[in-house]
Order: sequence, then structure tokens, then C-alpha cells
Amino acid sequence: MSNHSENKNSTGFFESLKEHPSTDEFIKGLWRDNPVFVQVLGMCPVLAVSNTAENALAMGLATAFVLLMSNILVSSLRNFIPKQVRIASYILIIATFVTITDYVIQAISVDLHKSLGAFISLIVVNCLILSRAEAFASKNTIGKSILDALGMGLGFTFALFCLGAVRELFGNGSLFGLSLFSDNFQEWIVMILPAGGFFTLAIWLLIFNAAKERKLKT
Amino acid sequence: MKEESLWYIFINASLINNFVLAYFLGICPFLGVSGKMETATKMGGAVTFVMIISSICAFGIHALLVAINAPFLQLISYIVVIASTVQLVEMFIKKMSPTLFRALGIFLPLITTNCAILGLALFQTNKGYGFIESLVYALGAGAGFTLALVLIAGLREQLDFAEVPNVVKGTALTLLVAGILSLSFMGFAGLGS
Repeated sequence: MSNHSENKNSTGFFESLKEHPSTDEFIKGLWRDNPVFVQVLGMCPVLAVSNTAENALAMGLATAFVLLMSNILVSSLRNFIPKQVRIASYILIIATFVTITDYVIQAISVDLHKSLGAFISLIVVNCLILSRAEAFASKNTIGKSILDALGMGLGFTFALFCLGAVRELFGNGSLFGLSLFSDNFQEWIVMILPAGGFFTLAIWLLIFNAAKERKLKT
Repeated sequence: MKEESLWYIFINASLINNFVLAYFLGICPFLGVSGKMETATKMGGAVTFVMIISSICAFGIHALLVAINAPFLQLISYIVVIASTVQLVEMFIKKMSPTLFRALGIFLPLITTNCAILGLALFQTNKGYGFIESLVYALGAGAGFTLALVLIAGLREQLDFAEVPNVVKGTALTLLVAGILSLSFMGFAGLGS
């Protein structure tokens, strides 16, 4: 693992990567501490915009971007922000990046912006981002915070995609807008309705729980 | 904007497009504090209060931001107002009822990051509601949030006595119940049309 970082110039930044099994900071968000399936954080966007795979992926990436940027800034300012006003400062930092993301998405694709709607702005109140700022970035170096944000962000995107793909597949009979079944396929309307979001997430959680149980037994 | 009666706005926010069950806003406290009926009711009350205050503030801020032509500040100013309102409510509850303060625990400051409140402020701005309409909308959304929270708390209290396989226990079970509840709330969709 450290092979990779030794090739780079050993500045302070990469020094900090070497000290620690840093790949672990990255991997943990993907699977062991997956923000959605294990920590159950940031549920609102997960359920709301996961009706198609495309929306889910876009939302996941937008959240990951905000998470990455806010983690970098919070971690670099961690010695300057007074303890009493830290939460307020984190929220301001996050809100700034969300505003940027909002305008960028609007510039790239108006359609996408429309279908995600108010949920882009609502990234501000995604508990995942605030909890990473408070629990990780405010105590760790920039390098580790970046890895943590990347891992958590990708884990979040992965989870959203899992939900979105399943819901689109059964609800529309398609994936990324491509029709997969013959015309005879009867759509499960319930899957794209709000109730379908709850059910799909519940089933994914069941699968994760079952996998955990099994691991404990062996 | 099409003319909507105040009554319709209220019913729409509380039942037809219930914030929790149709818009998925405020899921975190919904899953977190819905274990007991009593805490659920009080949490609902606190959220409704914050909603009303921040709805009024959001109306004022929106008017101001339009006046000075700075829409990009919208999100930041909304969240600051909400955060300070929550701080106020927190101090108030701490003084009036320390027991309730302990029961709500971490979820009280987390009202700040309750998407239902920011969502409400954003939706009312998008829909172009006037002052009275915004107020009714906030009231309806708060009532709907409390209703959903109390309903699920009641169901979960009963489920405590049921025998459930280990795998399903916890969040997964709550989500399944919420799904069924959401299905039944769809029955309200015909109202008011």
C-alpha cells in the first residue's frame, strides 16, 4: 500500500499518508462504514431522488463533490475555527459549496437540474456531510480528510446507485433510460412511487444485515 | 401562480404531499426519535415551531434578496436563520423542561439539519406563496410531520411486543412500516382536486 505514496515527493502531505494505513480511510466508507447501508445517514436524498439510476448517480456525485470540498476546507481551517461556533462555520462552508454545485449543475444540464429540483439545495442539510466534518475532518490532516471524503462520497454514490438502479429497473423496465425488457413487461408502478423508495432501502438494509449476521456466525 | 385556497394549501402540505411520506424530508428524526409516542409528539411540536418561525423569516429574506438582487445568498441566509432559531428553541426547552431536553438529546440540535425545514423554506419560495399562504403552508407541513411521526411511533410501540427475526430488527423494520404508511397516504391524493 505504501509503495504508491513512496514514489511521490515526501512533502508533509504525503508524509501523513504514509504514517497511517491510509487506504483504510478510503475503503471504510465504501463498505464497512458505508454511510447509507451501515450508518443510515443522509436518508432524505437517498430516498427522494433514487427513482432513476441517472438521477441517483448525479445526486451521489454532487454530494461527493460537496463532501470532498468541505472536508478539505474544514480540515485546513481546523486550528482556526473556535470550538463554540464550529457547527455554524461548517454549515456555512457546506452551504457555500452547495450553492456552487447548484449553479454548476444548472449550467451543465437544465433537465437534470429540474428533475433533482430542490434536493440539490438540500445537500446542505445532508447529515452525512456535517457528520464527516465534525467527526473526521475537524480532527485529521488534510490528506486523510480527502481520502475519507472520497471513500464516503463514493460509498454514498454506490448506495444511491444500488437503489436507483433497482427502482428504475422494476418501475420503468429500463436502466439509464434504455429499455431492457420486451413491451410485455408490466411496470411495477409502486417502485417509482415514494413507497417504493422505503421498500427498496429496507430490502437493501436486510441484505446487509443478513451478510453481517452470517459473518458473525462463522 | 394559480390561485389556491388556504384550506387546500394546508391539506396539501399535511396529507396529500406529506413532507415525510411523499417528499422524504426529515427522515433522520423520523427514524431516530420515533420509538416512543411521547417524544414523538414533543419532537413534532418543536419542529412545527421552528418551521413557522423560519417560514416567516424566509419570506422576509426572500423579499430582501430580491430587492438587492442577490439570489445566490438564498441558501446561506436561510440556513443561518434556521440554525439560530433552533438554538433559541434549544435554550427555551432546556430552561422549561430539562427532562424533555434529555429525551430529545442529540436530535434537538439536529433539527438544524432537518431537511423538512430548509425544504419548506425553499418550496414556499419556489411556489411564490404570499405571507399568509406561507404561514399556512408551514403549519400544514408541521402538522403533517407530527402526524407521520406519531403514527409511526404508535406502530413501533406495538411492534416492540411482536416477534421479529433478528435481521429485520431496527431500521429495516421501521422503513418497511414507513413504506406501508406511505402507500396508505397515497389514498389522500384524490383530495382537493
